[in-house]
Amino acid sequence: MKRIVPLWITAIVGVVLIISNFVPWTRSWGEEATTWFGIIAAVAFVLGGGSLLKVHLKKISDRNSGWAYSMIVLGTFAATLAVGLFKIGVSPNPSFPDVPWSGDVQGQGTPFWWVYEYVFKPLTATMFAMLAFYIASAAFRAFRAKNFEAMLLLGTAFIILLGRTFAGYFMTSWIPIDGPFSGLRLEELSVYIMQVFNTAGNRAIIIGIALGIAGTSLKIIMGLDRSYLGGGD
Amino acid sequence: MNLIDRMASLDRRWIFLMMGLAVGIPIIVIGITGKTLPEEPTPLAQAAFNVLDDLDPGSRILMAWDFDPASEGELGPMATSFIRQCAQKGHRMYFIALWPVGAQMIRSSTSRVIGGYYPDLVYGKDWVDLGFKAGNEAVIKTIVTDFDQYFPTDARGTSVDAIPMMEGITSLADFDALVNASAGYPGSKEWVLYAATPLKKPLIIGCTGVQAPQMYPYVPNQVQGLLGAIKGAAEYESIVNKWVRSEQLLDALELGGITEPTSSELAARFTENPAEASTWTTEAAAAAMSPEAKTRLIEIANAPIPGIFLEAQRRMGPQLVAHLLMIGLIIAGNVIFFANRRRGVSQ
Repeated sequence: MKRIVPLWITAIVGVVLIISNFVPWTRSWGEEATTWFGIIAAVAFVLGGGSLLKVHLKKISDRNSGWAYSMIVLGTFAATLAVGLFKIGVSPNPSFPDVPWSGDVQGQGTPFWWVYEYVFKPLTATMFAMLAFYIASAAFRAFRAKNFEAMLLLGTAFIILLGRTFAGYFMTSWIPIDGPFSGLRLEELSVYIMQVFNTAGNRAIIIGIALGIAGTSLKIIMGLDRSYLGGGD
Repeated sequence: MNLIDRMASLDRRWIFLMMGLAVGIPIIVIGITGKTLPEEPTPLAQAAFNVLDDLDPGSRILMAWDFDPASEGELGPMATSFIRQCAQKGHRMYFIALWPVGAQMIRSSTSRVIGGYYPDLVYGKDWVDLGFKAGNEAVIKTIVTDFDQYFPTDARGTSVDAIPMMEGITSLADFDALVNASAGYPGSKEWVLYAATPLKKPLIIGCTGVQAPQMYPYVPNQVQGLLGAIKGAAEYESIVNKWVRSEQLLDALELGGITEPTSSELAARFTENPAEASTWTTEAAAAAMSPEAKTRLIEIANAPIPGIFLEAQRRMGPQLVAHLLMIGLIIAGNVIFFANRRRGVSQ
């Protein structure tokens, strides 16, 4: 039963969504199924929170390596959740001054806003910015012209790296922009690579992926692929 | 130990230091001098501008901010310029987000641009913040036919029935164009697949450098304008800045009694070369203008562009030096590689 019900739900919703794309009078069925998806997506946030708690509480109770980090995760999770859910420090909406919880939780100056502005925002921006340092180190140690393909990749990388900055314009600005060789200007070359070589390759990949998704979806709808249910079936 | 061996065993912290300086020094220099590198807009950036420019004032533009603080460095300036062009043109802006922190991105960009430079725009009449909705592409699929189902209220909890500019909005088909600033999933691709393509609506995308190669295949039929990374943002920003300055000059000239087509020609000239405005006002052709109108014209022509509208162009400086450093490091790494291979040293 635990497996049959999900299989039927998947099959029915899958068929409905396909049919609703081709049969006009069944369009509302597809919309209904999409609405259910929206509800499930909202509930998934709660499940996600539960899962986070489960994983980290287990890590703390087992004293696994890095359990102290789990404590920080749970502490900050609980604090942010409480601040947002209970609208701590939020002033009532001026239109409804007698309703204490009518204020905007994300409004400037609220504790929730403070957490976002001074904790979340700098931390995520810092994490992303650190990529530049690791990419530079990787470029020095790993990007080698070991064979012809690697040389092509290197050449392309140089053109794009230069073409996406003023250096590209500066280095090849002597080539007349309206002359027959204007395509050799680095900024033009980088656009050409992106619009021709990249587009050709990506379109092939996209079409391949789309066909793969269609095939896999059919297998899931027909119950032939049950890997999404777990259990290695 | 020779130079090659020393370089081969270079501590990665030196590379980190070099990258830190490559980014930090240009930021400081640009901050002090205020100078930016010139930008030559590519056709894709120009096309993005044209989509919004070709629409009549008052058109309904859906602005989907699907990014977070991690990618704000690239996408924040695009969002700023999108809002500026729409606000200047008089379009009605409807903001939504499919990313949880996209809601904060909407607040941040609208408060900076609309709050700071277009205070006359009225919330609910000229722009509305509909906030974040969970559900990824399901949100798009639903609002393609039924907008109210996901957005019965705005981000402040006001019913859409009480928001004047929501009147007549029943689905995505009621919008004139879609603008999306995206840092991943759900984002640009989903807007192409589930909204722009079935509805045949103009779509402008601003995305991160990593995403851009995946979006090029959809240009120009499904995506009409594409801004890739900070370079795309800088190009678009420079177009919008010039256009806004040109519009302001045109207004000043027409208020001073200069009529078309002379006013347009002069506005274009003064936008390219602000110093010409001072010279022109002393000529006989400007005799019809009052001294106040002339002063106003010169002020507009020479007014500095606010820093908020130069963010992308300023970031091109650090990007230039960082890219040159990357190229230098790749070359150095390969010199070591070939030198060692020649000496028979295992890699």
